[in-house]
Amino acid sequence: MEFSTAISPHIKPGNRVDRMMLQVLLALIPGALAMIWFFGWGILFNLIVASVTAIACEALILKLRNKPVRSTLCDLSALLTAVLLALALPPLAPWWLAFIGTAFAIIIAKQLYGGLGYNPFNPAMIGYVVLLISFPLQMTAWIPPSTIAETPSIIDSLQLLFGLVPESLNIDAITMATPLDTMKTELGINRTTGEILENSLFGTFGGSGWEWIANGYLLGGIWLIYKRVIGWQIPIALLLGLTAISLVSFLLGPDNHPYPFFHLFSGATMLGAFFIATDPVTASTTPKGRLIYGFLIGLLIYVIRTYGGYPDAVAFAVLIMNLTVPLIDYYTQPRVFGHAVEEHNE
Amino acid sequence: MKRRLWDYNGGLHLAEHKTLSSTKAAAIASIPRELVIPLSQSIGHPAEPIVVAGQRVLKGEKIAHSVGSLSASVHASSSGIVREIADTAVPHPSGLNAKCIVIDTDGLDEEAPSSGLVQYEQLDPSALISIVQGAGIVGLGGAAFPSSIKLNPGTNRTIKTLILNGAECEPYITCDDLLMREQALAVIEGAKIILHTLGIKHCLIGVEDNKPKAIEALEKVRDELVYRNIDIVEVPTLYPTGGEKQLVKILTGNEIPAGKIPADIGIVCHNVGTAAAIFQAVIGGKPLISRLVTVSGNGVRNPQNLEVPIGTPIRDLVAQCGGYTDGAARLIMGGPMMGFALPNDDIPVVKATNSILVLTTSDLPETEQALPCIRCGKCAEVCPMELLPQQLYWYGRAKNGEKAQAYNLFDCIECGSCDVVCPSHIPLVQYFRATKSAVRTSKSEQQKADNARQRNDSRLLRIEQAKAERAERSRKKKAQLENKKKSQAAIEASVERAKNKKIARTEESSLENKS
Repeated sequence: MEFSTAISPHIKPGNRVDRMMLQVLLALIPGALAMIWFFGWGILFNLIVASVTAIACEALILKLRNKPVRSTLCDLSALLTAVLLALALPPLAPWWLAFIGTAFAIIIAKQLYGGLGYNPFNPAMIGYVVLLISFPLQMTAWIPPSTIAETPSIIDSLQLLFGLVPESLNIDAITMATPLDTMKTELGINRTTGEILENSLFGTFGGSGWEWIANGYLLGGIWLIYKRVIGWQIPIALLLGLTAISLVSFLLGPDNHPYPFFHLFSGATMLGAFFIATDPVTASTTPKGRLIYGFLIGLLIYVIRTYGGYPDAVAFAVLIMNLTVPLIDYYTQPRVFGHAVEEHNE
Repeated sequence: MKRRLWDYNGGLHLAEHKTLSSTKAAAIASIPRELVIPLSQSIGHPAEPIVVAGQRVLKGEKIAHSVGSLSASVHASSSGIVREIADTAVPHPSGLNAKCIVIDTDGLDEEAPSSGLVQYEQLDPSALISIVQGAGIVGLGGAAFPSSIKLNPGTNRTIKTLILNGAECEPYITCDDLLMREQALAVIEGAKIILHTLGIKHCLIGVEDNKPKAIEALEKVRDELVYRNIDIVEVPTLYPTGGEKQLVKILTGNEIPAGKIPADIGIVCHNVGTAAAIFQAVIGGKPLISRLVTVSGNGVRNPQNLEVPIGTPIRDLVAQCGGYTDGAARLIMGGPMMGFALPNDDIPVVKATNSILVLTTSDLPETEQALPCIRCGKCAEVCPMELLPQQLYWYGRAKNGEKAQAYNLFDCIECGSCDVVCPSHIPLVQYFRATKSAVRTSKSEQQKADNARQRNDSRLLRIEQAKAERAERSRKKKAQLENKKKSQAAIEASVERAKNKKIARTEESSLENKS
């Protein structure tokens, strides 16, 4: 009897890219739901616009590149990029903000470099930084969380999405700086952290509402580590780096440096630690390298938040560290079994 | 007493599928109508046939003699007539044919006279080594390294420990499990013979903890015989613990340095089946003419272990196991992780055949386009050699053999763990094999080019030298000529002078005479 042959191993692989991406998407749900809860419909609309744009752009470029469209879309990587970017956009953003950011992320940052696996920079963060630099006004259109003021209704949100200002809303009256932004601005006018934190914008750990969003991402992130979709090294090292440096400056000057928890539970720290810095394609790939990579992102987040021009810093910190990945990988190769055994063997 | 164990990086917990065949006692396979016995059944040189077509051979009779030390003799597995010595399909990943002795068996199974020894303790190690070599014993774990070589590690290496490998970490395979359960005495006594041959005392037998019955059987025999120097060590079930490097690490904490062999760190490693075969050869006087083979997988009706005459065509073996099921899709020699797929079942069982697997489509990976590497590093997490397969793949794809070597490509043991965990379903091991062979080819081409350059350089040098020599010779000749001329001139001059003198004298005398 004749048989067809193949190279070993003759065993079903135990893992799939699309399943990993899907698990990451599922892990984003608690944080995303919290975000919708605290900031209203605008967040949901951003998610929808970004997702549709990502799929359309990915399909278009795949077609131009003569690559399989349907099967590639099914790897869910484009959708994940869109969701990560959308979750970083303010709730009052007009539709073209999510559209431009996502299109740039997918077409320029991902597909032009060769698509999944070949992009040196995190596409979602490239899209975010392009928007932040190009449209600073729209990118700061944040509103107070629902713990402080009512979020715009679904009708108002839809109107805002298409660039119309609803009559019932005074746009200048409803926008409000994020807690990180407030902290930065007010420290800049020499107020103490104690005075600043009395503002109702702040909650127990970080910003009011924001800290629950952070908890949501933390929960999802822990599940991802438990499910071994991501390694523990990058998130833990990142949070450790950020805690270490913010603790030192807090101890040196508690009046003009917020306590470490504030940094951990404000802005995009948790989203960044578990979902953005852990993007395998653009992160360091060695176990030791991932510790260094995460730790340095943590330090950079603090440095840019404290001394940079923007209130949050996850995107810049991640992109800067993306640059260093080849170097980190080169210098953190593990000792191969049977090499340098002189000091190893007994 | 629990021994301390060590561990190695990564490894995989695979679905075992061992109960398919391990729940039944081993059976004796019947003698097939024809035996196809390859001349090359070990690493190294093929054996030289010492029979001719038409000759009658007896069971256990040597039919091909080993050539040099890295070679193993081959014996007839049953009695019959040699039909031919011809190129036929053999189990080899290349799928190429090789020389085999084909025997039409007569069903009498008539044995050649042989004599065992009971008092092997009085024998010199070299005598035992030649018995093992004469019996054609090779490593039965799958590597088929001639065992006699491992019994003679040389005087420059001090051996301290014998390790018997009973880990059997590949899914489906249970032949070593059955052997340890049913022939524990042969394993333990085999270990004693090897210890005696090596002149050492200590033996460790590593068995994975998914084989409690095997451990129990070995311990029972060991305790009955009061062999306190043989430790039976339960090791955790993890793939690829049965790899020699991994097992040595687990049992001793020491790593075999890259490019070295266990003997370099004072260890000799044999498979439990090899130990039993050595026992049969020394005590029973029996050459290696049969072995336990696991026939398993969902593609075969009645999976089991069988004692199979070497040279039995796989089709006969499968027929004895109830034949194929409807879904049979792939025929594999060895385990599902490192075994190789065979194109047909006319291929015979050889000494290295621990298992014949027949898998169905639902057991096998789907043939699909691999996705790009997303550098998730799962491969590095499971790599037992602590390599970075994601980087090796990257450089392999870029055909950058130099960089791949810098990332220790040649330390890859091709265990397939990275393949199984890769979410992009990249055939990593296939890439690594291809890169290795590309590097080897370019190395040998480089060597050839270097040799050619060297030859050309020395030729130019020779020409240069010859030229120089010629020039020197002609210079010398010229000088000689000149010297000759000079001396000629000098002679002529002196002759002239003499003449002149003579004339002068004559004139003088004539003048005198006149005066």
